[in-house]
Amino acid sequence: MAPVIRHSTGVGFCTPGAQADIAERPSAVSGKTSETRRITLTVNGQQHDLQVTPNAILLDVLREQLNLFGTKKGCDHGQCGACTVHVNGQSVNSCLLLACMQEGVDIVTIEGLAESAGFEQGHHPVQEAFLEHDAYQCGYCTAGQMMTASAVINDDTIDGDEVSLREALSGNICRCGAYKNILDAVQSARGKMRGGQ
Amino acid sequence: MRQFELESVEAIDQAVRHRRVHDGQAFIAGGTTLLDLVKLDVMQPEKVVDVTRLPLKRIELLDDGRLKIGALVSNTELAKHEIVMRDYPVISEALLSGASTGLRNMASTGGNVMQRTRCPYFRDPDMPCNKREPGTGCSAIDGINRNHAVLGTSEQCIATHPSDMCVGMVAAGATLVLEGPDGQREVAFEDYHLLPGDTPEREHDLKPGELITHVILDAPRGGGQHYLKLRDRASYEFALASCAAVVNLDGDNIGEARLALGGVATKPWRADAAEAALKGQPATQESFERAAEAAFSDAVAYSHNGFKITLGKQAIVRALRDATARARA
Ligand SMILES: Cc1cc2nc3c(=O)[nH]c(=O)nc-3n(C[C@H](O)[C@H](O)[C@H](O)COP(=O)(O)OP(=O)(O)OC[C@H]3O[C@@H](n4cnc5c(N)ncnc54)[C@H](O)[C@@H]3O)c2cc1C
Ligand code: SF4
Ligand code: FES
Ligand code: FES
Repeated sequence: MAPVIRHSTGVGFCTPGAQADIAERPSAVSGKTSETRRITLTVNGQQHDLQVTPNAILLDVLREQLNLFGTKKGCDHGQCGACTVHVNGQSVNSCLLLACMQEGVDIVTIEGLAESAGFEQGHHPVQEAFLEHDAYQCGYCTAGQMMTASAVINDDTIDGDEVSLREALSGNICRCGAYKNILDAVQSARGKMRGGQ
Repeated sequence: MRQFELESVEAIDQAVRHRRVHDGQAFIAGGTTLLDLVKLDVMQPEKVVDVTRLPLKRIELLDDGRLKIGALVSNTELAKHEIVMRDYPVISEALLSGASTGLRNMASTGGNVMQRTRCPYFRDPDMPCNKREPGTGCSAIDGINRNHAVLGTSEQCIATHPSDMCVGMVAAGATLVLEGPDGQREVAFEDYHLLPGDTPEREHDLKPGELITHVILDAPRGGGQHYLKLRDRASYEFALASCAAVVNLDGDNIGEARLALGGVATKPWRADAAEAALKGQPATQESFERAAEAAFSDAVAYSHNGFKITLGKQAIVRALRDATARARA
């Protein structure tokens, strides 16, 4: 097991920006400042010791403390899927997860997707397929799309027909409307990963 | 985002004791409602109690044929459970029509029962809202109310209850098990959510200090079942109108039908007038249309949501048609 990486600086506050208007409203800030606490997160197979506040959101910790910028913040409210990561192999929205509640689980982000699936070198088949099928325009939603797609392909309860896949992928919004190529890419990757199944 | 204390509990009595001692506490399970609303500053807990380590993750078939579901069973797991898919397809279909793959992986059964309305004024702390801040007025009644309810409304609040799962559970029949400082009690699922009346801030029959530990589904009713959800886009959207139907035939006639509605009412809505209108009637389009009329006979439309009365009736007719076809198959 690789050594634990300690992150002594930086405290996981919510990103200013999207929520800045709320932070300025006096009622929004509770009187006492919460203590930070030490937690250990396992991200892409690596353990990280972190210092965070109880309200730190996993998405913010990934981006701001671990510098894993592949995972994107679109809406910050579960409405777009840009922040999708895997927790124990299942796709989840990291903008609605508390970092402190993720100790002891395996977190995988787009940076670790290929390796987590045993592709030590190069890309995950879903990443290859997105390249081949030109399944993005601006690319902002792409990491989230690929994280959902890879979990959906591995899920035996989700069929590979177009209707089932479109339904299973619907939580990932693409503002550029690259849906047709995204679906083609996912079907092609699914075919390669699962053969005839 | 506001700060809060976070504490994790390992045993049910610990969780329940906690809520009695402190005010301003909230449980967190999946977090998909709570954290969304804390970020908006609509919910303002000083302390959040993490209940995800409690032993409430099992689905258990009881000796009397009922199905006992732990409050922490995820929406995905419940929807795809073998027994639920076989005996309660109306609940499985309702769950799978809700939210998205990722959110269903996170969301819990108890949290789904407790989810809050999607009324945009409720979600905006700058707007008056009787549910969020009693006595400030309802912004929706004279505002944009296209998504609001036509059944069970009051002059104080017309917000819909957003859950799909709860609508399926009302049709299938269920009981909630609650654990509190004074012990355990059970509440019929359809009595749990409250009408807004003069107290829209009171949404359910959960007393301070209580935790939902289980939902127990009635023994399977068999028959044909269907959940139909109509909305602005085909997926990842809340219902404008939905209908859960469980139909048992008696020859060519309807023996018993159980109907529940979503998207049109202030709580998961049992359509008992429609059920009564169906009993013993031939399973035909005319009977279904009469039942749909009965379901909406007391409906009240506001400036933008009158279309929901038509849409809701159509949802009933179509859900009954599909459930009946399945009952015959
Ligand atoms: C973008 C988006 C789209 C959605 N679309 C749909 C949809 O189409 N259909 C639908 O039905 N739902 C939809 N949802 C809502 C979703 O189903 C709920 O947010 C979810 O079920 C809540 O469960 P949770 O475990 O995450 O709850 P949490 O957020 O953990 O908790 C919610 C509330 O319940 C309380 N609570 C949690 N567990 C218990 C318990 N055991 N006892 C007592 N109180 C408890 C908490 O204190 C909190 O107040 C959507 C949500 C989002 C964000
Ligand atoms: S409908 Fe209910 S929730 Fe919406 S603004 Fe009116 S009081 Fe608030
Ligand atoms: S950023 Fe998480 S769903 Fe949009
Ligand atoms: S590629 Fe631009 S949002 Fe999807």
